Amino acid sequence: MTATVKYTKDHEWVRVEGDTATVGISDYAQSQLGDVVFVELPEIGRTVEQGKEAAVVESVKAASEVFAPVSGEVVEVNADLEAEPAKVNSGAEGDGWFFKIRLSKPAELDALMDPAAYKDFVEGLQ
Amino acid sequence: MSMNSQGRPSGTGSADSAIPETVTGNRGLQIEEPLIFEQDSPGRTGVDLPVVPAMQMRLGTVKPRARVGLPGLSEPQVVRHYTRLSQKNYSIDTGLYPLGSCTMKHNPRLNEKMARLPGFADVHPLQPESTVQGALELMNELARWLTALTGMAAVTLAPAAGAHGEMAGMMAIRAALEHRGEAGRTRVLVPESAHGTNPATAAALGFSVDPIPAGPDGRVDLDAMTAKLGPDVAGIMLTNPNTCGLFERDIRAIADAIHGAGGYFYCDGANFNAIVGRVKPADLGIDAMHINLHKTFSTPHGGGGPGSGPVVFSAALAPFVPVPYVVADAGGLRLVETAEQGTEFGRMKAFHGQMGMFVRALAYILSHGADGLWQASGDAVLNANYVMARLKDVMTPSFEGPCMHECLFDDRFLKGTGVTTLDIAKALIDEGFHPMTMYFPLVVHGALLIEPTETESKAGLDQFIMALKSLAVRATEGDVAYFQGAPRLTPRRRLDETAAARKPILRWTPPAEAALAAE
Amino acid sequence: MRYLPLTEADRHDMLAAIGVSSVDELFRDVPQAARIPGPIGGLPNFAGELEVERTLASMAGKNIAVGSVPSFVGCGAYKHHVPATVDYMVQRGEFLTAYTPYQPEISQGTLQVLFEFQTQVALLTGMDVANASMYDGATACAEAVMMANRLTRRKKAILSGGLHPHYRDTTTTDARFIGFEAVAMPPAPRGGEDLMALVDENTSCVVVQNPDVFGHVRDYTALAQMCQAKGALLIVVVTEAVSLGLLTPPGEMGADIVAAEGQSLGNALNFGGPYVGLFAVKEKYVRQMPGRLCGQTVDADGRRGFVLTLSTREQHIRREKATSNICTNAGLCALAFSIHLSLLGEEGFTRLARINHHKAVQLADRLSGVKGVELVNDSFFNEFTVTLPRDAAEVVEELAQRRILAGVPASRLFAGALKDHLILAATETTTDSDMDALTKALSEVL
Repeated sequence: MTATVKYTKDHEWVRVEGDTATVGISDYAQSQLGDVVFVELPEIGRTVEQGKEAAVVESVKAASEVFAPVSGEVVEVNADLEAEPAKVNSGAEGDGWFFKIRLSKPAELDALMDPAAYKDFVEGLQ
Repeated sequence: MSMNSQGRPSGTGSADSAIPETVTGNRGLQIEEPLIFEQDSPGRTGVDLPVVPAMQMRLGTVKPRARVGLPGLSEPQVVRHYTRLSQKNYSIDTGLYPLGSCTMKHNPRLNEKMARLPGFADVHPLQPESTVQGALELMNELARWLTALTGMAAVTLAPAAGAHGEMAGMMAIRAALEHRGEAGRTRVLVPESAHGTNPATAAALGFSVDPIPAGPDGRVDLDAMTAKLGPDVAGIMLTNPNTCGLFERDIRAIADAIHGAGGYFYCDGANFNAIVGRVKPADLGIDAMHINLHKTFSTPHGGGGPGSGPVVFSAALAPFVPVPYVVADAGGLRLVETAEQGTEFGRMKAFHGQMGMFVRALAYILSHGADGLWQASGDAVLNANYVMARLKDVMTPSFEGPCMHECLFDDRFLKGTGVTTLDIAKALIDEGFHPMTMYFPLVVHGALLIEPTETESKAGLDQFIMALKSLAVRATEGDVAYFQGAPRLTPRRRLDETAAARKPILRWTPPAEAALAAE
Repeated sequence: MRYLPLTEADRHDMLAAIGVSSVDELFRDVPQAARIPGPIGGLPNFAGELEVERTLASMAGKNIAVGSVPSFVGCGAYKHHVPATVDYMVQRGEFLTAYTPYQPEISQGTLQVLFEFQTQVALLTGMDVANASMYDGATACAEAVMMANRLTRRKKAILSGGLHPHYRDTTTTDARFIGFEAVAMPPAPRGGEDLMALVDENTSCVVVQNPDVFGHVRDYTALAQMCQAKGALLIVVVTEAVSLGLLTPPGEMGADIVAAEGQSLGNALNFGGPYVGLFAVKEKYVRQMPGRLCGQTVDADGRRGFVLTLSTREQHIRREKATSNICTNAGLCALAFSIHLSLLGEEGFTRLARINHHKAVQLADRLSGVKGVELVNDSFFNEFTVTLPRDAAEVVEELAQRRILAGVPASRLFAGALKDHLILAATETTTDSDMDALTKALSEVL
């Protein structure tokens, strides 16, 4: 099974493998935030809704909400981020992932951007 | 080179200007000072207290504690410690703080002397009222001045600071709405340019915050605001003059619209210094306004507090004040400490308010009088406009003048230079100034908000203007490296705030404990 | 006017540089109807220093200063001797007139003081971390309850009947408007509360005070364990900071949060303010703490320095989602507290606490010998409650006429209840002749 990566307008990414989705923030987002100092992750078992706040990422001067790109139940969180929030900066789209969801409405993915569309979107912002 | 008879050259000497390394790490008058905990000598003390006679303690089941863990220093060491620390601080006494919306005006020492009169300083809040009539009289006199200057019907002196005052004002509005049976009004309109305490206060009290955009002239977009009115609107929280340093021209129309929709008008009084003694907020239609005694009325900032935030109220909100407040009876002045009218909304802190700040503020007010305050606000506005006029050709003012007591620039003048608002601020530090307010308000990019206040001389302003001009020019000439290394001349340089937030160290820990924790 | 440096010549030059002919033109946006053409009528004009001094001294002269008479007034504000050094250091312009340390490179003085203050508060309370101070003990108490609500996601706080009524009322005001429940127990002058019976799965915290408002001293270790077993926090309030020099601190009893008043150290009575709230918590709760925090770090040259940190909790960043709307700490009052404690040190502070207790023991014994006076407390630190055969407020007023401040009638704090209860404090400033005067006067009026 290949993994598909999709992006939201709020700069979250979601990588789907089967019925599990891994969520993080994009490299563009981390560059805008600056040094990440703390990440507030959701509890395992919590239900999240597409477009609603699921996590908070803090830099020195700002705290930003991370919205769930798709709905589902949180099944795993990236415990490494507690000791090493810097991973969000160094590996935003890799080992700086935030949490994993079991999808409840996979059709929600259709409305999200594929990597090329997101790249265009970001260029339009600058 | 000229020599005096002691054999030391008294001319300016050679061109060797390299800063030497010293053995102590001290640099002349700048002395490195460790923590008090690092200067401990067990048993040493800076206070001589009598020996305690043996006694039977009456602590019930509680045991006396073994050890607190405090360091022991003598008085001379304590004096040196704090003297050296003070020398690492910038202050109003040192120089200009051009901080927008902070009103960093001169803090008169008369205020300090008056606050320390034993009849004010050595008085307990719970003494019988007959023994504190002078204290109550002072509170009453301050209340009289604040209501006279604002034209408002009532005032509470209880809140401990500006944000606390905002809380009081919004609680009064909520209490008034509940009294009217309209608790369903839960939406509060707040301009996007508002200070963060405004939406924080509203949200904490359970209101939803509905942002109003600014128009191209930096003021509230009246049409956008009226479009948001509805039967669920509790009111509006507006700063006037606003955080862009501009007077809200449509303020009467805004007030009428809010009142027409059944809401209340809360005014953030942080910028009162622009109009004190010249304009009465009551004439603008407001229902409640907090006043920062540590801004408009010169009480000292003290490195972060204490402040004081009295709130003035219109007749509509006057019944909905917190306790306590002072009333005049046949028998004299007394404190109302429990609700007597049935509408008071409760207590906000212990005792009666920041009395020490009341004394200071009243000393300031009496010193100025009506004519002095009129002159002060005029000079405050004149100084800000002068700064704007002299800088508008090298920096980019965000809006057309005139401004009120503060002027707003944005970072368009830095576009393409690689230099940011933050870099300008850090370079300004080396020039001997505290930076202006940066990145606020959020409605412009890379904001630089400058408020000189009326207690700056023209010569002082000219020096500040000269420094900023030359920095602006240096930035546009592309000298990025200069800015990114700044400041260079301060006791500490570019502290790592990321590390401080990632791994917070919020106290000193005894080495033994720290070693244990590391295992 | 002595605070205004601009001369008429300056104003003239500046108006020319701006390009307007008068200052009035700069106020053109003010609606005509609201513009006042000159100084507001009916108010006095400016006054010189001498005149201001006379006006204010006359008001000050109508008050009885605590230090000039025998005084036994406490209940949340205590008369202690502040060494002369403290007030001189506090008035150094670089401390007095400094702004909040948002630019750390030019605020290391203030920041190091805050770091030392935070450490001192943690040591005194026996807790892991403390913030850079709050407005006062009462607002610290209310903020502690709201923090407990956030941490437990519950909304019901139980407030002991031994909690200072001003602290109770500050909390209930917040409860009403912010939307949680604060169950306030009736006053308990003789103790005997069963707080645990009220703790259920909706309880976020139990708030107790030690010593309580009637002066009783208790060990709350068992209560702490019982609360935590039910998922609730124990908040301990301390209104007399000097007590922490003698009593087992709340941290050692297992408190989750300590909310205290620091006025006793370094700060004058000031008729009730400004004071300094102390706020200390267990390590695991750090990110939910309200108020300012100062943290240690290094600068670009590798040297130790200090900065305000964890600011993202605060209102100016989180706006609607802030942990509280607190903008200010009690900076200068915290400095005074810190300097006084630095002078005292371990030896001085623990000795000061013992002297206070000793004075209270002496006072209690002497008052017990006055006909009609009954001592309520078995335990106390420097403050206790007695009952009188007459209305205590009337007795206090009569003694005030004789220039003796005989303590706080409980009815003053409890809205007319407990009319025969009188709460008295003794400190290191209380003398034998003060106690003589009190006992003599009481035996005459009772």
